[in-house]
Amino acid sequence: MSAITLTLKLAGLTTVILLLLGTPLAWWLARTRSAWKGVVGAVVALPLVLPPTVIGFYLLVTLGPNGPVGELTQALGFGLLPFTFPGLVVGSVLYSLPFVVQPLQNAFESIGDQPLEAAATLRASPLDTFFSVVLPLARPGYLTATVMGFAHTVGEFGVVLMMGGNIPGQTRVVSVQIYDYVEALEYAHAHWLAGGLVVFSFAVLLALYMLNPTGRRRSGKLGASA
Amino acid sequence: MTPFIQPMGIKARLKVVRPSTGDHGFKLDVDLNLPGRQVSALFGPSGSGKTTCLRAIAGLDRAADGYVEVNGEVWQDDTNDIFVPTHQRALGYVFQDAALFAHLSVAKNLNYGRLRVPVTPQRVPLEQVVELLGLASLMSRQPGTLSGGERQRVAIARALATSPKLMLMDEPLASLDVKRKAEILPYLETLRDQLHIPILYVSHASDEVARLADHLVLLDAGHVTGSGATGDLMTRLDLSLAHGDAASAIVHATISDHEPAYHLTLANFPGGRLSVPQQMRAVGQPLRIRIQARDVSLTLAPQTDTSILNILPVRVTAISDDSPGQVMVRLDATGTPLLARITRKSADTLGLASALACGRVVYAQVKGVAILG
Repeated sequence: MSAITLTLKLAGLTTVILLLLGTPLAWWLARTRSAWKGVVGAVVALPLVLPPTVIGFYLLVTLGPNGPVGELTQALGFGLLPFTFPGLVVGSVLYSLPFVVQPLQNAFESIGDQPLEAAATLRASPLDTFFSVVLPLARPGYLTATVMGFAHTVGEFGVVLMMGGNIPGQTRVVSVQIYDYVEALEYAHAHWLAGGLVVFSFAVLLALYMLNPTGRRRSGKLGASA
Repeated sequence: MTPFIQPMGIKARLKVVRPSTGDHGFKLDVDLNLPGRQVSALFGPSGSGKTTCLRAIAGLDRAADGYVEVNGEVWQDDTNDIFVPTHQRALGYVFQDAALFAHLSVAKNLNYGRLRVPVTPQRVPLEQVVELLGLASLMSRQPGTLSGGERQRVAIARALATSPKLMLMDEPLASLDVKRKAEILPYLETLRDQLHIPILYVSHASDEVARLADHLVLLDAGHVTGSGATGDLMTRLDLSLAHGDAASAIVHATISDHEPAYHLTLANFPGGRLSVPQQMRAVGQPLRIRIQARDVSLTLAPQTDTSILNILPVRVTAISDDSPGQVMVRLDATGTPLLARITRKSADTLGLASALACGRVVYAQVKGVAILG
């Protein structure tokens, strides 16, 4: 498998997992009055400030043969995660967590109590409300979260290098491949991949800003046509 | 307290204590016993606990040690550990600022609740709701494109479409200007008169209350200071409602005749007959008339050589200070209470200034009336 497809597969899988995990987490962060909100929020934000090598290092230790999680995965028969694709997914999920959770949390917070209360007075159960009111209203937040989660995973390097190594077809993603090319002084190849990443990142961000107009602007347009 | 047990009605015993942000915390402690039909209004200044009451009845906030029963259905009974969550209560709630779903068209907003209630023969048909609130032309619009008044009409219709057993309305007109208010009030009146759904209406505007409410609960600082028929409560001199410039009485009359030549309509009530501006309604139709205290003057003998048409024999039942120069006189027109605000000097001159005047028959000259519906 080429580095590009591997990268897309990693980013895609990571984004899906993050959306599934991030939704309840962001919902809890947006709605809770618990004293733990600050602590959990800070932990979620840690990857924003920590050097990726630090995350990678601790993951390597924790998931390794003598780490607590490593012992668990071995006991469960999954073997060890470091230097495997699943291990890379675990690392990416942690690394990109804030990029998905924070836009979702902002989206949920901006919805406020009122639509939820209105839905309750209209016989919608909390779960029903979530799917029929919260999700549609949080759509811009989901778009941002998806794009940021995906793009950020594509761009990761430190975590991969620390705990994924450089195994072709398994853990050698684009960013690592570029590093290899540069080490080997194959600048032409490095240019192709690096330039590709620049174009990709720009396209993604452009799409995000174009597809995500504010609700007010959208309803204004409809008003003019009505 | 009523001497007999009402099988139907709205009972709400609620205690809500909220820790303060200011100098003292807010405490609500009410025991409401309201008729299970018509419009009951919770009336009081801002911060008196009206909205808190409504939210607790809806179950949006949970009152401590509460009891809520609506026409035989218990929604909350903490002594028996019953608390029905809001989405399982057959209620309609109209929020102060409509709270329409921004991502759904008007039609989809209307259907949101309607499609979540079981189909029963008692169901209010959507077409009727749409017609009642004049929404036919708005169905495909998005909430963001509606005016404040339109939004509020959609919100009312959306709540009605669930065929609620109780409508809770939290100052639905407060965010609207006078013109929009005037646009919606007739819809609310039609609602009251055509659908037999009890309405609990929160307001701090006495004109809305006078126009809509049959029953009134006065709230102040989280406590009920008075509860009863609107006409009675509005004229109780021990309550602030019966004082000041807006003090007025409500007369329930029936159209008895028209005088097209003079553009007048005659309306009878037990206390006599009133001439009012011409109404385009048939003889026998009910008429709700407001008489402001400042429009009523008193004479000891009936005047004949006067331009005032409406002169009613009344009995003085109570007198109370109003402003330094004026007194408020409560009158009884054969069962219908009226108010007259006259100067202290006039009261002295007519011999009405002391409590001894109570029971005397005088003549109320009504200078102007307002038709409420």
